[in-house]
Amino acid sequence: MQKRYWNEYQKDIADDRYFYERSCIRQTFFPGSEAAFLKILREELGKDICDNPHQHTCTGIGYHSDVVPLETTMTIVARLFSLMKECGYENYVPSCVTSFGIFTEMTVKWEHNPELKEKARQYLWDACKREFEVPANIAHPSDIIYKFRFDLKPRMKYQLVNRFTGKPLRVVEHIGCHYAKIFPERGIGNAEFPYVLAGMIEAWGGEVVDYPERRHCCGFGFRQYLVQENRGYSIANTKKKFQSMEPYEPDFIVTNCPGCSMFMDKWQYTIAEMEHKTFDKEGYGIPVLTYEEMTGLLLGYDPWTLGLQIHQVQCERLLDKIGIRYNPDEKYKGISGRILPRPLKPECLRV
Amino acid sequence: MNKFGFSIAHTRSTDLDTANLGKAEELLQRVPSYKLCIGCGGCTAACTAGLFTDFNIRRIHTQFARGQYKGLDRRLQSCMLCGKCLLVCPRGVNTRALIVEMRRLLNNTDPA
Repeated sequence: MQKRYWNEYQKDIADDRYFYERSCIRQTFFPGSEAAFLKILREELGKDICDNPHQHTCTGIGYHSDVVPLETTMTIVARLFSLMKECGYENYVPSCVTSFGIFTEMTVKWEHNPELKEKARQYLWDACKREFEVPANIAHPSDIIYKFRFDLKPRMKYQLVNRFTGKPLRVVEHIGCHYAKIFPERGIGNAEFPYVLAGMIEAWGGEVVDYPERRHCCGFGFRQYLVQENRGYSIANTKKKFQSMEPYEPDFIVTNCPGCSMFMDKWQYTIAEMEHKTFDKEGYGIPVLTYEEMTGLLLGYDPWTLGLQIHQVQCERLLDKIGIRYNPDEKYKGISGRILPRPLKPECLRV
Repeated sequence: MNKFGFSIAHTRSTDLDTANLGKAEELLQRVPSYKLCIGCGGCTAACTAGLFTDFNIRRIHTQFARGQYKGLDRRLQSCMLCGKCLLVCPRGVNTRALIVEMRRLLNNTDPA
């Protein structure tokens, strides 16, 4: 019998009463995902989750690009923890995988170097006269959806099944590097056998595609992307992943990291422009969803409320495969009812 | 340069299933001591031609071993066959023969 190594790497995930911290970039690129997560937790699972409007960046992008020093990051993290304390919560849930890595890194640093923790306390007090406590539990939102995946299943209107063939959809799962590669024991299934997204896919009827470059970076890599001269390396990583997954003909990609979602989605357009190459048979690109979007779609949420029209690779073909009903006329209709500007050629990446 | 201001970097990894290693295998037959090379770069450090041109022995024979032959014959022409590399090699690789044989294999000028 095949051994399930990931079983040896489990983590504690709090049951209820979470303090949510939003991501810097997700609300721009995947505007419906965070709202969908809060809705799923509050309305589907009946959990208590605090969305504090006074929160701010974790400095992750600046920290990993060497423009924000450790002391600043420690103080910023300490302030976010102080907000959590003020609200009376002790389970911290950062929306972004990089934030998850930052908070885990700082708490582990403080555990091993208590003098740094005291420094952070002093910096925070000097800066804004606040005090903080280290959270009892830090979990990524994908951990929480994973934990309650079987509770969500009966509430779902759709399954990850191709309604035309009756076969499971073939799904590529991509875990953000900072989820488990920095502190492997803090991720479900470690860095080598990450199961957090695969568990959702299998539970909801899909089939996980295991391809050679499955654990390869998506191409974000802060320093590689932020400097224009280095972007050739960034996109080369993405191309390598897509070349590797192409023969397996995945129906879509699901990720738990803002950077991965963005780059695997938008670099497909850039590669198509540069090399006239797409990685699906028809030339439309492979849709990329966040795990909240995937969960929301299966629960029957409106794809346009989830923000799928904002994606570079359009998702109608995937929606048709699952059998999700949608109104094409409302694709570019804002919440206020106003029709938003639409892209000139949203349907096809081939140029 | 395209409108993006950058292009997709080419991978540095060698796919041995698809690489054309025929000439590299032939080179090993002709200069068996090449198997002893540890890639220390002593040959390149001692090379007079390398000071004034883009001739870099270690890079050239590494590329040759990976089946990446493009542009190598032009660079190989910079070698004066002085043999200093032969003197400094800690593993006794016959580097001068290596260069001569690489030239022959790339230009198809086998004496036989």
